Amino acid sequence: MSLATAPARPTSEPVAFTQAKLPRLAPALVGVVAVAAAALPVLLLGWGLIAWALVAGVLYLVALPAWARVVEGPRGAADRMVTGLVWAACLVAIVPLVSLLYTVVDRGLPAINSTFLTYSMYRTELDQEVGIYHALVGTLLITLGAAVISVPIGIMAAIYLIEYGKGSRLARWITFLVDVMTGIPSIVAGLFAFSLFILIFGPSTRVGIGGSVALSLLMIPVVVRSTEEMLRLVPADLREASYALGVPKWRTIVKVVLPTALGGIVTGVTLAIARVVGETAPLLLIAGLTTRTNFNVFSERMTTLPVLIYTQNANPGIAETPGGTPPGIEIAWGGALVLILIVMMLNLVARVIGAIFAPKTGH
Amino acid sequence: MAKSITVGDLDIYYGDFLAVQGVNMTIKARSVTAFIGPSGCGKSTFLRSLNRMHEVIPGARVEGKVMVDGQSLYDSAVDPVAVRRQIGMVFQRPNPFPTMSIYENVLAGNRLNSKRMKKAEADDIVERSLKGANLWNEVKDRLNKPGMGLSGGQQQRLCIARAIAVEPQVLLMDEPCSALDPISTSAIEDLIHELKSDYTIVIVTHNMQQAARVSDETGFFNLKAAGQPGQLVEFNSTQKMFANPDNEATEAYISGRFG
Repeated sequence: MSLATAPARPTSEPVAFTQAKLPRLAPALVGVVAVAAAALPVLLLGWGLIAWALVAGVLYLVALPAWARVVEGPRGAADRMVTGLVWAACLVAIVPLVSLLYTVVDRGLPAINSTFLTYSMYRTELDQEVGIYHALVGTLLITLGAAVISVPIGIMAAIYLIEYGKGSRLARWITFLVDVMTGIPSIVAGLFAFSLFILIFGPSTRVGIGGSVALSLLMIPVVVRSTEEMLRLVPADLREASYALGVPKWRTIVKVVLPTALGGIVTGVTLAIARVVGETAPLLLIAGLTTRTNFNVFSERMTTLPVLIYTQNANPGIAETPGGTPPGIEIAWGGALVLILIVMMLNLVARVIGAIFAPKTGH
Repeated sequence: MAKSITVGDLDIYYGDFLAVQGVNMTIKARSVTAFIGPSGCGKSTFLRSLNRMHEVIPGARVEGKVMVDGQSLYDSAVDPVAVRRQIGMVFQRPNPFPTMSIYENVLAGNRLNSKRMKKAEADDIVERSLKGANLWNEVKDRLNKPGMGLSGGQQQRLCIARAIAVEPQVLLMDEPCSALDPISTSAIEDLIHELKSDYTIVIVTHNMQQAARVSDETGFFNLKAAGQPGQLVEFNSTQKMFANPDNEATEAYISGRFG
């Protein structure tokens, strides 16, 4: 077909770049109306707060797209609809989190006082003050032990996988096994450590380091995975630049690759620690339970915060006043708040460290 | 402190794939040798085989001879790390180390090899190398700023400074100007002219005017045919290559009659 026979393209019609739009306040307006309208059936039928929110949400998701369809057309309606859904999903995800944080702070804060963080549960008379000092020490020491075991192993394994074993059969197997390890239930890790220590040191062995071993089993795959990803991000250009300067491979890894990836690796390690610091089941098995403060991870039992929360909740004791909160429950809430604060602090530390070690751009 | 390189019957493989076949040439000391040719014909591969960077890629290997100063680079007793200390390389894309300052980047070759040196000595090397790379005046007031903060052309000259700071015998350059603007390119070309008096320089380039401007001798690489390995078609003095090449294919490529 030649160009001459093609119909001439009409050019005379003006092109419109503007179209009708809802006012900027339309979503807020519809939201207010939806909440108000939803209040009517909810009040009449005596439903609760959640039902009100649900009805209001559905009304909003129907009304705004309908209005938009009339004014803006189908594309505008679809846009309003999806925007609404995405916001709703975001709210649904955040509500439980905020509610949980609020409850823990609300119930835990009254329990925290000067003796709560400095006394252990050990007492010789019933009217003595108790606290979670022993569990705080236990948590920090056992987690530190787990980090000391798993960080070198994890980072070195990741270095092998990325720098040396790339594409080899062994590396593929290790990657597969690490993936499997990521999914190990924590109780299985606890049982492993439990049986290991019983086989070596005899029955009814309970030591803090056993807890560290169990936790490191859960931590190593996370450290390997995050370190692997970070090492993969280091451009091959940098390795080649280093080799071309006559730098041996191991020095290239230590002096060029690791420093470049350091920020990400530290963040990954900190997040792995945050992940295991709240483990209960394995520690219940192997670290045991005690009311005394124990600074030696290599002998005697050790209590950690999650285990303390669990046992206090299971055996709360009797409330001083009838109908009041039993003392164990109060301690459990206080312990939960402290645990959340520890995890939050670790996350903050990870962010700060990540920012400090991030490669500088000089801008 | 410059060496000549003699290459004899060099075949370069990636696994089972023969990438470059049967290269013979002698690269003269204290001169600039340029390699031209279409993309994918093995220029860079050949360049990387001159300082054993080729084998960094898994499965890559080489058959044949590369002799520097009477020693074969591919002898089993040769340490590739020792080779790379004598034969430095500048890459297509500037790649300063992102965790290091300008100062540390220049010293990287020395520091990473844990050479102990006094502060004055280190300062001296940094100044000499940066002056050698025509970068000193632009960065002397901000030596402790990150190397990544420089412009692309400055970064590339920083990489050249880093390469000459370890005082190699030979400097290999793999399309060092392909990512740079004409002003930075001309700065680097001037630099190549200056470096020629001390170093043996081998440069791969896609820019034929550049090859004509900077080099004393030129090698033209081409594929034998589609799917066949690359080969060295002609190796001659640059003057002859651009005025009156022996080979028809070279003339076709240089005059632009051939893709």
